Amino acid sequence: MATTMLKYEEKELKVVGSRPVRPDGVDRVTGRARFGADVNLPGQIYGKVLRSPHAHARIRSIDTAAAEALPGVKAVVTRDDLAEMPTEYIAVGEMVINFRDLTRNVMAREKALYDGHPVVAVAAISEAIARKAVKLIKVDYEVLPHVIDVADAMAPDAPLLHEDQFTQGVEPRPDRPSNIAKRMAFETGDLEKGFAKADLVIERVFTTKPVHQGYIEPHSSIATCSEDGQVELWTATQGHFVIRAQCARLLNMDISKIKVMATELGGGFGGKNNVYLEPLVIMLSKKTNRPVKMTMTREEEFRASGPGSGGRIRVKMGATRDGRIVAADAQIDLQAGAFAGSPLPQATMSAFTRYDLENVRVVGHDVTVNRPKVAAYRAPGAPNAAFGVESVIDEMAGKLGLDPIDMRLKNAAREGCKTYYGVTFGPIGFIETLQRAKAHPHYSAPLKPNQGRGVASGFWFNIGFDTTSSLNVNEDGTVALTVGTVEVAGGHRASLAMMVAEEFGVDVDKVRISTGDTSQLGFNFVTAGSRGTFAGGMVAVMAAREAIGKLKERAAMVWKVAPEAVVWEDGHARPASTNVGDFEPLSIGEIARTANKTGGPIAGHAEANVSGAGPGFGTQIVDVEVDRATGLVHIVRHTVIQDAGKAIHPAYVEGQFQGGAAQGIGWALNEEYIYDEDGRLLNPGFLDYRVPVASDLPRIDTDIVEVPNPNHPYGVRGVGEVPIVPPLAAIANAIHSATGIRFTELPMSPPKVLKAIGANTDA
Amino acid sequence: MQYEAPPTLDAAMALLAGAAGTARILAGGTDLLVQMHSDIVEPDLVVDIKRIAEARTIALEDGRFRVGATVTGMEIMEHEAFNKAWPGVVDGVKLIGSIQIRGRATMGGNLCNASPAADSVPAAIAAGAVACIAGPGGRREVPVEDIGVAPGRTSLNKGEIVVSFLFPKRQPGSGGAYLRFTPRTEMDIAVVGAGVDVTIGRDGMCTAAKVALGAVAERVLVVEDAARALIGSKLDEAALENMAAAARAACRPIDDKRGTKEFRIEVAGVLARRAAAIAIERAGRN
Amino acid sequence: MARQHVTLTVNGDEVDFLCETDQTLLSALRDELQLTGTKEGCGTGDCGACSVMLEGRLVCSCLTLAVEAAGKTVDTIEGMAHGEALHPLQTKFLEHAALQCGICTPGFLIAARALLERNPDPTETEVRYWLAGNLCRCTGYHKIVEAVLDAAAEMRGN
Repeated sequence: MATTMLKYEEKELKVVGSRPVRPDGVDRVTGRARFGADVNLPGQIYGKVLRSPHAHARIRSIDTAAAEALPGVKAVVTRDDLAEMPTEYIAVGEMVINFRDLTRNVMAREKALYDGHPVVAVAAISEAIARKAVKLIKVDYEVLPHVIDVADAMAPDAPLLHEDQFTQGVEPRPDRPSNIAKRMAFETGDLEKGFAKADLVIERVFTTKPVHQGYIEPHSSIATCSEDGQVELWTATQGHFVIRAQCARLLNMDISKIKVMATELGGGFGGKNNVYLEPLVIMLSKKTNRPVKMTMTREEEFRASGPGSGGRIRVKMGATRDGRIVAADAQIDLQAGAFAGSPLPQATMSAFTRYDLENVRVVGHDVTVNRPKVAAYRAPGAPNAAFGVESVIDEMAGKLGLDPIDMRLKNAAREGCKTYYGVTFGPIGFIETLQRAKAHPHYSAPLKPNQGRGVASGFWFNIGFDTTSSLNVNEDGTVALTVGTVEVAGGHRASLAMMVAEEFGVDVDKVRISTGDTSQLGFNFVTAGSRGTFAGGMVAVMAAREAIGKLKERAAMVWKVAPEAVVWEDGHARPASTNVGDFEPLSIGEIARTANKTGGPIAGHAEANVSGAGPGFGTQIVDVEVDRATGLVHIVRHTVIQDAGKAIHPAYVEGQFQGGAAQGIGWALNEEYIYDEDGRLLNPGFLDYRVPVASDLPRIDTDIVEVPNPNHPYGVRGVGEVPIVPPLAAIANAIHSATGIRFTELPMSPPKVLKAIGANTDA
Repeated sequence: MQYEAPPTLDAAMALLAGAAGTARILAGGTDLLVQMHSDIVEPDLVVDIKRIAEARTIALEDGRFRVGATVTGMEIMEHEAFNKAWPGVVDGVKLIGSIQIRGRATMGGNLCNASPAADSVPAAIAAGAVACIAGPGGRREVPVEDIGVAPGRTSLNKGEIVVSFLFPKRQPGSGGAYLRFTPRTEMDIAVVGAGVDVTIGRDGMCTAAKVALGAVAERVLVVEDAARALIGSKLDEAALENMAAAARAACRPIDDKRGTKEFRIEVAGVLARRAAAIAIERAGRN
Repeated sequence: MARQHVTLTVNGDEVDFLCETDQTLLSALRDELQLTGTKEGCGTGDCGACSVMLEGRLVCSCLTLAVEAAGKTVDTIEGMAHGEALHPLQTKFLEHAALQCGICTPGFLIAARALLERNPDPTETEVRYWLAGNLCRCTGYHKIVEAVLDAAAEMRGN
């Protein structure tokens, strides 16, 4: 069992880099694939949640008698059924959660903290009866003043969400509680000296609204609890091992008593890393010993899951005439929603990291507000920060008379640069993306009237973390790989099968992948942080190499030579040289067929806390057309250029580029949560929460840069998150190019654009 | 919930008249089922009127089109002759929801749901269509603009059903158009809608016009001042600008999750002009 | 009202189920007939994941009552392939990687097939506007459009 990471080796590739049909594709195009809501168990009953209609309220009492008396109602779960949790932090995906908060997000205890906060769960023999039962529950709320805006929540007299929340990261520890859960700061160099050197200083404040991940599949879970307390849970999740851990902790159960199956996932983007329904269905099933199924409605998704943080970003940067950035200062205040834990670390650490800067300061605040608790959303925190920073760089370039790509090239981070948060970069591909952007035909294509062009760049750390997998060589020489990384992006199983096929030297359709349940493998972290292909690939290759080692040993046994005298090439064991002997190569099938005579079944497995994830960089070019009479902004052309390290399956890398860019477009132009004055969500549906439709978008062209990650056998870097980082600023910069107006507030929806154009014309 | 699909108009009216609790008419269901899903309405009785023959066809009567109230959006879009005569109305129908929605949605439902943002209504009003209603008190015809009164409320009496829409004879030299503003290209509810119909004499003088605006008031507005700005003019820049100004002045919109007051007013003028330009062009070809 | 007995034709087979009068066709397909290929993404006709053909018309099954389908023909994703033979659209979606998570895919396939049956040679704009009622959050639609245009070409015999 190797736990040393495998390094990159350049070699001739036969499978990796090609575009086979994914092994799990036919089931998806025929409707056979089983997503969360497609799982049904005999005798199942149905759960529904009563949710707070108030943004902020003390829960004085709950009366479930009428609900429980309704014929067909089998069980009710209230806050009394959940144990109190201590303050205890764990990492989930790229965010950190506190169990004391997690239990309260699963079900409110003292207070309801957002419109949609779960208060009671009910199980009944039909959904209709469960819905009726929910309406019969009486809750006595003491409605409290609420606050939903970051700036408002930071004011000392703001309505307070948590009486026991004192700002962390401030010395001395404050003696008054606050909505500011945490303050973070990074500083390097001498900011004052830096600004003193600058020929140009620009300072702007940007605001972004929260946005929902918008996966088309709602959360869905079904649990069955037997009379001896064993639980089987099927759920829509990006990480079934993490879900298991959270449920075990919240419900005070042995981890081994919960078996979780990750159903085929209908989109996550970070929003399916945490428990919502799982503890509830388990508890309801425990009480009834019936399988309990619960699915969120779309309205519940918007009111109670996600979103990605909104916030306020103040950016102040200084540059000398030649375009060199000499000082960079940012303050980033992010909404955490009802409980602490916005992606503040990621936002503050990624803000300026694309550039090699001497004098940097980034300060940030994690702020609780009466909205649903934020969940990770694709590069959480980075798009917000990059919106500000990439806009200011664009403005500086404009004022200095420099091409915006040239200005970025002048400051670009490269191998050996030390970031302001401490990490030093190995080989990275940022400069390559900038150069390719500059040379791309898009960059020099002519623009029509009322059109403008914008450029912006993005960065994401990417992660590794705990990953395990198990590989078996079947008796006929085909290979079965069991993985614990959930397929979230579409290319995962294909990419792993391809890497394993490459290792063995066999056709890719000889390798079959299945996702194991939690009883079949060691711990696997959530598929987040763009780690699926990187970390999943790492351990798959480790497992493959272990199995290949055994195949070689068996050949050595048959040939009666030393194992070191055998090499593996093209799916065959061969003598290392003619000196070893004149032996016919043995195929994987031949060795496997006689495995029971040479020592038994042949397998490999690997468990590792995978490290060495390669950071990803990208640059995007966007053309917009603005209808000056209505403020409508149309995306006319969009190009994504990004370093993938190595594109195992290029079509799925392109797909990540295109999907992330499309989400960025929606975020930039139309997506936002709209609340009324009582803090109730007015647009909890796809009608008025406006994600891009097919007719809104052009083709999204892609260019894959490959600067191999030295810390992965195939050079893989995560690609899923970088693409959502540049579009916000790229589009704002394009609108500026078209209209001369710089937008600092998202979304840049038509009423805002029209108003600004009107004001600009008057001015 | 009681579900009935009566085969005749009389049977449908009898059901509605006898309804004890909340009764709803079901045509395409693309508004009713959304409202049921969101618990806005819990009908005790649903009367499915799609079996009623009179409401299901598009026919020419003496040169006048009669469009059944339960004809679907797609059927309207596919009717070549109706498209030729009333492209403005079809403009509106083509913008209701998605292809899936249009496979079910009907002009009758679009009107009687009484959203001031309904896409098929402004152009039907501008076209001079009347709604043909059957009820306990007998039959009557009402200009389409008098049906929608307030969001969710029509002027229909209890038990009345809109059975069809009767369009006037299409005059030579006349044309109509409908435009709406939405932040996305499709799938949004109109933030502003403008339906315009004009008739132009051989000398280029506008002899008739009607302008209707959607989503800028509690009901679809007929803007007579806008029509007056066009009638008697040569439809020049000044006339069109006057029309746009009249359109803006007539708006009494609200701020809501889809747009601000000032935005709606401004864009109403822009769309009225653009719709008028298309109507004029179509009139020229007619 | 008591549960209704509905008989109808689904994917060419005469089938029947019991349903509530206010139950949607989507729920009847998934929960009574166990045809779970048609998905619920929103329940309000805004996402197209529930797209089916009803009497040859592309509709959202979440906005159709199950009782309205009595005596009618319904076509779902489960009937799109014929035995082992995938429909060209299904094949092209796989070849072009036009699906990532795949939850929207059944809806898109049903909608795209309806388009090509009506218009075998659509422009890209026509494809995008026809499919505007189907939301995809993963792909940005680029490869979906490519796959539909490629399938159309193949079906025309190009």
